[in-house]
Amino acid sequence: MTVSRENSKAVYQGIKDAGVRSISALPETWLVYLLQLAGNDPEMHLIEVAKEEEAIGIAAGAYFAGEKHLLLMQNHGFLAAINGIVSLAQLYKIPLCMLIALRGHWGEPYPWHTRGGIVTEEVLRALQIPFEYARDPAKVGKQIREAYTLAHSALWPVALLLTRDLMED
Amino acid sequence: MQRAKCIEAIYPELHDKLVVTNMGACAQELYNLGHRDNFFYLQHAMGLASSIGLGLAQSLPQVKVVVLDGDGSVLMNLGALATMARYKPANLIHIIFDNGSLLSTGGFPSHTAEGVTDLAVIARGAGVPHVDSVSTPYDFMEAAADAFERNALSVIVAKVEAVGPDHYGMHFQLPENAFLFKRWIAEHVRKASESPSSMQGEIKAL
Repeated sequence: MTVSRENSKAVYQGIKDAGVRSISALPETWLVYLLQLAGNDPEMHLIEVAKEEEAIGIAAGAYFAGEKHLLLMQNHGFLAAINGIVSLAQLYKIPLCMLIALRGHWGEPYPWHTRGGIVTEEVLRALQIPFEYARDPAKVGKQIREAYTLAHSALWPVALLLTRDLMED
Repeated sequence: MQRAKCIEAIYPELHDKLVVTNMGACAQELYNLGHRDNFFYLQHAMGLASSIGLGLAQSLPQVKVVVLDGDGSVLMNLGALATMARYKPANLIHIIFDNGSLLSTGGFPSHTAEGVTDLAVIARGAGVPHVDSVSTPYDFMEAAADAFERNALSVIVAKVEAVGPDHYGMHFQLPENAFLFKRWIAEHVRKASESPSSMQGEIKAL
């Protein structure tokens, strides 16, 4: 299985169509093409972090500044960012539009991803973070726009889970 | 040297800058000098004040962003120094008040106590181009004035006593601070994309 270049383009186009101007991210295999597209786009501000919790702070700064921002991370990075999500974003009512690569789920061949994959949805529910699954490249753009819209009307984190169906060929 | 005196010394310079503090004593000491809506106090999520500053500085390149931080918070997010150094926003000044203590959460000694860990060396090693380490009020003022003046990412590690304010409390709820901070930026700072080139990112009015 390989990462889908075509579907990554569809996701990136969805990000652009949502009006997003800056992205904070930590590289992960499924996000490789997305990060390349962002890095090569002169209109996009890409900030690569050392650990995902930093991205919650960066997203808050961008939000305060009025810049349309989106976070790209793997689900294990989401797990690593939880205190920032709770004690910055939720505490201060700061929207987060998070695109999360759902590793360790249906079809996952690598054992090291599976613990995180199994608990991700329950952790999202526990944190009261609305989430949807992105499986279809024809629909992902609309899903990104809607995730962004909900995050900013609710002033709350919202997650779109990037699934294997979408991210692998 | 006392942190409250350091903050008091730079307070007049903060009226036109975006200021983000870490939790507890540092936030309260700035607040006690007189709240302004361009101040944001991060009362939890230790370590993320610098990341908020980076997000602000990258989004609004022509406005000075000042982060008032502490050793305990910085130790929780050391990677942020490397991320700041990677992008080197010229408008970001990160002041770390190092009292060698987790003062606001029980007063336990931090890793910087008795000089075990040197945050200035870590900042230099992370790649921050301008790092000052100061322990007297005069040196602090000089380092702060230089940092505010130059257009380059700057870190100041200020050695201070482990003392804090005698009371805590602010007149607003936490989300209100965020709402007012965001509104101040919207009303006072022109975004680069919304203004002619000669006016990029400047403060509109005070």
